Amino acid sequence: MTKARVIVIDGKDNVATALEPLRRGAEVTVEIQDNVENITLVSDIPSGHKFALRDIKKGDSVIKYGEPIGQSLAKIARGEHVHVHNVISKPRSGRRP
Amino acid sequence: MKFQGYRRADGRAGTRNTVLVIPSVGCSQEAARSIAKGLKGAVYLPNILGCGQMGEDRHILKRILTGFGLNPNVAGVLIVGLGCEELAAESIADGIRPSGKWLEVLVIQEVGGTKKTISLGRGMVKDMLARAAGLRREPIPLRELILGTECGGSDFTSGLSSNPAVGFACDMLLAEGGTVILSETPELIGAEHLLARRAKTRQVSQQLLDAVAWWENRAIEAGQNIRQGNPSPGNIAGGITTLEEKSLGCIYKAGTGPLQEVIAYGSHPNKNGLVFMDTPAHDIEQLTGMAAGGAQMVLFTTGRGTPIGSPIAPVIKITGNRNTYVKMKEHMDVDVSGVLEGKESLTEAGKRIFEEMLLVASGKPTKAEKLGQKDFCIFKLNPNI
Repeated sequence: MTKARVIVIDGKDNVATALEPLRRGAEVTVEIQDNVENITLVSDIPSGHKFALRDIKKGDSVIKYGEPIGQSLAKIARGEHVHVHNVISKPRSGRRP
Repeated sequence: MKFQGYRRADGRAGTRNTVLVIPSVGCSQEAARSIAKGLKGAVYLPNILGCGQMGEDRHILKRILTGFGLNPNVAGVLIVGLGCEELAAESIADGIRPSGKWLEVLVIQEVGGTKKTISLGRGMVKDMLARAAGLRREPIPLRELILGTECGGSDFTSGLSSNPAVGFACDMLLAEGGTVILSETPELIGAEHLLARRAKTRQVSQQLLDAVAWWENRAIEAGQNIRQGNPSPGNIAGGITTLEEKSLGCIYKAGTGPLQEVIAYGSHPNKNGLVFMDTPAHDIEQLTGMAAGGAQMVLFTTGRGTPIGSPIAPVIKITGNRNTYVKMKEHMDVDVSGVLEGKESLTEAGKRIFEEMLLVASGKPTKAEKLGQKDFCIFKLNPNI
């Protein structure tokens, strides 16, 4: 098991950020507030990029900073790279919440 | 929890004990500078405005100069006017007088020139400094602290370590009943709807969205669409996926509390808790607005390192970039680079920032104070005529 550098900002997040390049197949230890989880990566993750902490269904929110940063375009598996290929800004009607 | 501060006549409490010299107009700025020169504990505001201003700019200037005088970090005030300016020295004094602070006014045209004004002014300031030296710090509850937050010279570490760590420190202050000011409205673009959802009322939510729309439209009028091409290709290569994510990295530094109110540039909060002040993202204009609004201290995150400080409010610099901390050590107060190196959790870093905040509130000088950084710049809408 690799002691890789990854960070989770908020306890509500469903993504973590890699702080070094990580390889597919690596098992990484992630601290989510007081809990520790081991996650096997299913994609290569470049440094500064995100991977899923749990399965995210198509259309579900991707959460970082405890807030939705976008909507998934397809099912994203736990340990998978999360970026512009599978996430977009959530379409909003006008500028109103 | 408490810090050691100065209790003022109006009941507010300061983290500093400054005597402030305010030129009401650019024409009296040199006299004000000469009055404060070399007097430890006295500062002057390098104000170049005050004449030929139009519309809202007049109100903003008056609010900022009055707000600086009212800030509890200030023990006494001398206002220096010329005599024929639009914003009369006396009208600023009228705004400060109810605080019961030591207050003097000198008008160059009435006194008969700058030499006499400087000589009289130095006497007044020396007298106020002697009285200020007799004041003692006393325990002040943290709920009386108004903390400004700011980021500038950001890099990839800002959104991942320094801003979230400062967010933890802000949440600790909010839990004590204190007040946190979030500002720099243009930086909200893309995530304003998410912050608006945290608003206490529909009205506050709408005020926030209106403030963002105003800045966005001003940028479009000037030929810039902030939403287009943002996040930039460089941001995306670095791992930022959406504009929401980029903007939340900035917003998160003020903690996760409910948004109590939206206040105008340079205005004092009416409520405790998290408040939003509508300011530019320009670092010094933003800092000036928060200090005028009564902030007794500011937490400032930076990736690349920046020297700026306020004439009256201590500014604590926090970086998550180890290279910046080492290279810019004379400007950096707190190093949270251990977060990205896996040596420290965000919570631990947040607690260290909070502890540093208590020390600085109680008198420990910041790097910006040691360097004498007294940056001051007022946001304005229109040209002077």
